[in-house]
Amino acid sequence: MVSNLVELRGLKVAFDGVQVLHGIDLEIGRGEAIGLVGESGCGKSVTWLAALGLLPGKATVTGSVRVDGQEILGQPRNVLEGVRGKRIAMIFQDPSSSLNPVLRVGRQITEALAIHRGLHGQAAKAEALRLLDMVGIPDARRRLELFPHEFSGGQCQRVMIAMALAGEPDLLVADEPTTALDATIQAQILDLLIGLRSETGMAMIFISHDLGAVSQVCERACVMYAGQVVEQGSIQALFDNPRHPYTRGLFDAIPRIDGPRQRLVPIPGTVPHPSDLPEGCAFSPRCSHVAIDCRTRRPELTAMDDGRRLSCHHPLGHHPEAHHPVDSTRPVEPRALEALS
Amino acid sequence: MLRFATVRLLRALITILAVITFAFVVLRLSGDPAQVMLGPDVPQESVDAFRKAWGLDQPLWIQYLAYIRAIFTGDFGVSMRDKASAMQLVIERIPATLQLTIPALFLKVVIGIPAGVYAALHRQSAVDRGVILAAIFGFTIPSFVMGLLLVLIFSITLGLLPSGGQDTWQHGILPTLTMSIGGIGILARFSRSAMIEVMGQPYIRTASAKGMKWQDVVWKHALPNAAVPIVTIVGFMVGTLIAGAVVVESIFSWPGIGRLLVVSVSNRDLAVVQCILLMIAATMVVSNLIVDLLYGFLDPRLRAQSAH
Repeated sequence: MVSNLVELRGLKVAFDGVQVLHGIDLEIGRGEAIGLVGESGCGKSVTWLAALGLLPGKATVTGSVRVDGQEILGQPRNVLEGVRGKRIAMIFQDPSSSLNPVLRVGRQITEALAIHRGLHGQAAKAEALRLLDMVGIPDARRRLELFPHEFSGGQCQRVMIAMALAGEPDLLVADEPTTALDATIQAQILDLLIGLRSETGMAMIFISHDLGAVSQVCERACVMYAGQVVEQGSIQALFDNPRHPYTRGLFDAIPRIDGPRQRLVPIPGTVPHPSDLPEGCAFSPRCSHVAIDCRTRRPELTAMDDGRRLSCHHPLGHHPEAHHPVDSTRPVEPRALEALS
Repeated sequence: MLRFATVRLLRALITILAVITFAFVVLRLSGDPAQVMLGPDVPQESVDAFRKAWGLDQPLWIQYLAYIRAIFTGDFGVSMRDKASAMQLVIERIPATLQLTIPALFLKVVIGIPAGVYAALHRQSAVDRGVILAAIFGFTIPSFVMGLLLVLIFSITLGLLPSGGQDTWQHGILPTLTMSIGGIGILARFSRSAMIEVMGQPYIRTASAKGMKWQDVVWKHALPNAAVPIVTIVGFMVGTLIAGAVVVESIFSWPGIGRLLVVSVSNRDLAVVQCILLMIAATMVVSNLIVDLLYGFLDPRLRAQSAH
């Protein structure tokens, strides 16, 4: 009995011999929404491009990607083509350049309908109209005939979503779907995604560096750093009690709307280049709680008592305002915070 | 659209006018037709009579105005050598030139573009490297070297093909090959880089992500986008259909426009040279116009721009 919709096991990616993804493990249940969070270049998008075989040829992908228990990694092209769009659809960060500039929007949607649902001609057009309507494009009948440059960025993303829905996928991977959009449009697209998910019951991977957006859309989140998952758990647990110093750092870097004005705490330094990862824990050079063993031993992603998974030798105990204080194996080290400010 | 067409047409006319003006001035400054036509040992009276007969004794600007006026009435002058209509002489030679340049253009397109596209889709493969190498080889070797090389191999060493003349269709093979090799190389390189550029675009990833077959991604999504830069180059090649054979026709003694141009220039046969240059400018301008219209057809974004 296979319970998970998609399972990633030890997914590794190397570009020209440089390892950029160091073994990702992730299970996605049916209808579940999972956030993938992390700074640019941490491997969030690469994970899913690799899973769907969409990386350029110079990428070496190993590990396992199972959809309904069936392995798709390393399978022939036609197997992947059957998964893409049909089982797992994907939308991208820059909607304007993700649509083909020389093809009419209607054609780009009906193409997907022809591939996955065998719809052609008027039937396909009618369904495309319904989809455009569903994603909130007004005057859809006229706009089917237009080209992508005649749409705004937010509308292009709606078209992308309509196209992704064309195959009635079980999982929608939204790769930073709102990053390139204005703040008000971002909110609209988020609402649209939330609404569509409850309507269709599809699962969703929401890739973002916007923790607020992730918390709106998802029940669970994975925090990624330098090609690894460093902490994984329910949104509630991560928000209330981030235990990986990196997760904590991400939260400290968000301004608070409620409570007194506080100085934001940035994470010092930058993400290391994949070809130049430090020994031991990849986050150790930037970590405020680094200990000697962090620099020599790489921590494994291990399950914690509270259901989360964590990859840290010296996890933080509890957040000062935590609703669910969790016993720590180590006392919180108050030091080094001044080093951050 | 009407404004667009008018502007383009006006620009085309100005281009042609600039070319014929330039040709007119340069030809008259670069040597005396009377001396060349009559030879060095003729008496001065004959030279003067020749000049008077052809209007060469007039000031340059009067000659120019007369020339322009004549052109607008459809009179392109008379060959000083044959006393025949210059335009007639040029038109007679066009078929011979097109016999070489059209098959050469065909070869460039049907070999160059597929080779480049294939190389782009199989980047870093042995075929890709081979195509790049062959393309560089093709377009860096000047046509006069290439022509002589082919003659050396196919006419002299192997004795398979004639080295000059226009008697049979076999005579056309070497000149056509000579002319097409460079263009094949250029088109292969251009198609390759255009295709590589397009294949890296996000919309290609989108097309793959929606489950399209790879061939469909290439044919329906990538090629229409790569067509714009490729059409530019092909358009340029179409523009040189008449002018492109000067060197090759001379090497292979092919009686086309190119040979006529070389002979007429050395004879200072002004009307004929001007006529040929006018013809060359006109084909170039017309092909540019066609390319501009094609752009709008190929890329809706450019259509929108030109409409404004």
